[in-house]
Amino acid sequence: MRPVHYYRCLRGIVWREGLRFLNQRGRFIAALVRPLVWLVIFAAGFRFVLGVSIIPPYQTYIPYEEYIAPGLIGMIQLFQAMQSTLSMVWDREMGSMRTLLVSPLPRWFLLVSKMVATVAVSVLQAYVFLGIAWFWGIQPPPLGYLTVLPALILSGMMLSALGLFISSAIRQLENFAGVMNFVIFPMFFASSALYPLWTVREANQKLYDICMVNPFTHAVELVRFALYGQFNLQACAVVVGALIVFMALAILGYDPGRGLMVRRAGAE
Amino acid sequence: MSGEGTTTLELATETVDRSADVPTPQAQPLIVAGLSHAFGKRQALRDVAFQLERGDRTMLLGLNGAGKTTLFSLITRLYNHRSGSIRIFGWEIKQKPSEALARLGVVFQLPTLDPDLSVAQNLFYHAALHGLPRREAGARIEREIERVGLTDRMHEKARTLSGGQRRRVEIARALIHQPKMLLLDEPTVGLDIASRQFLLDHVRMLCREEGLAALWATHLIDEVDSAARVIVLHRGRILAEGPVPEVISRTNAASIREAFDKLTGERSE
Repeated sequence: MRPVHYYRCLRGIVWREGLRFLNQRGRFIAALVRPLVWLVIFAAGFRFVLGVSIIPPYQTYIPYEEYIAPGLIGMIQLFQAMQSTLSMVWDREMGSMRTLLVSPLPRWFLLVSKMVATVAVSVLQAYVFLGIAWFWGIQPPPLGYLTVLPALILSGMMLSALGLFISSAIRQLENFAGVMNFVIFPMFFASSALYPLWTVREANQKLYDICMVNPFTHAVELVRFALYGQFNLQACAVVVGALIVFMALAILGYDPGRGLMVRRAGAE
Repeated sequence: MSGEGTTTLELATETVDRSADVPTPQAQPLIVAGLSHAFGKRQALRDVAFQLERGDRTMLLGLNGAGKTTLFSLITRLYNHRSGSIRIFGWEIKQKPSEALARLGVVFQLPTLDPDLSVAQNLFYHAALHGLPRREAGARIEREIERVGLTDRMHEKARTLSGGQRRRVEIARALIHQPKMLLLDEPTVGLDIASRQFLLDHVRMLCREEGLAALWATHLIDEVDSAARVIVLHRGRILAEGPVPEVISRTNAASIREAFDKLTGERSE
């Protein structure tokens, strides 16, 4: 297998993910409507309840909508990551995992390709969301649209690595509802996506601690700062660290020599 | 002898690793030796050993739970075997998975086409997974899809195809990277008689005319014809192996069904 084989394989996996996303029109629309509903309805309702004081990276008082926009980008990435990786263990899509794994390319490379494909789609979604949000008054500095790109890639990689790891560790999922309950909701709500963490701290120190160890919080903060042209070192370090850990766990989980794949088969 | 042979073969594979796009000339399509596998306390395979020659069409016959799926999972390296060895054209799957998998075509028991993609898109995806360039893939896809008679459905979504047609696409897909060995895991489950016959004839033709070795797992005795070889797998053990007429005469039976019943001591379906 030469580098060109790797390249073709990666291209094929990304291309398929893109096609799948575009072909499932319902999924495409849902992926956009979900954050927009939060932005337009939820945020509008809560802007009078939650006041956001001046906290970095913002230099002025901002409306609540503007505060949650990065959180909603995180939500897009979280949904996309879980949908594309965990669907591999849904009964009706188990086959897609089997076809992927009989490729002669090394398994770690197949997994990384799958992550890259997921991220490519989620970055695209994030920009479409940002485009629509612009008309809703979420207007970060123009340069922010560029500086946010590496943050989106990094946070997307971290979340899809997490999804892959979970997919290797669990035997089966009935449907997406389980993922919503056990992964997406806890990660999303126990984070800085919807409320600044200082408000959480005032309310409940434990919850604050949980939010701080939640890698999703740091993904959102990384994106938030990057969107305003700033770099958040702590968030970046946590996201990179989590990415490395989740990726290593996913690769171990799919390693044919380790227990997980065997255990799963043994239980069937 | 086998120990020494192994070493030289492995040395040879080291040196031709990169250039070898064709199977090692003399190696057999598949050699399984001393293969055992357990899931916890449940012993799924016990000391399984058999070989496939070029052009062999071998039916792996066993009831549900006999160990067929475990065997296929090990041959396709979903997970590693812990004892024994599996060699595909001379390449031990655990040591040289890439070389082995590149020479293997697989039709899974589960439907594995992406229903939201067209037939052509599904096949191009598979070609990419094997690192084939697009143009070459296009030519091979056209040829394989024509051979299964679905050229006019190329650009339709897989979900619009019938179960039998999807299986035909899956066989076409398994052949795009031109493997010399084909694994089929209960490919006819849920198919009507015509589709089943089509698959059987197609694989027969591939073995006869192109020298493909095929291993076809089934629990349907009707699918085992007298021109094939058969491996009877029961509770993880191989009870008999050889050309169908030989297995029948060795067991003093009148038919393969009777032979199977005698061997397993159970009434077959």
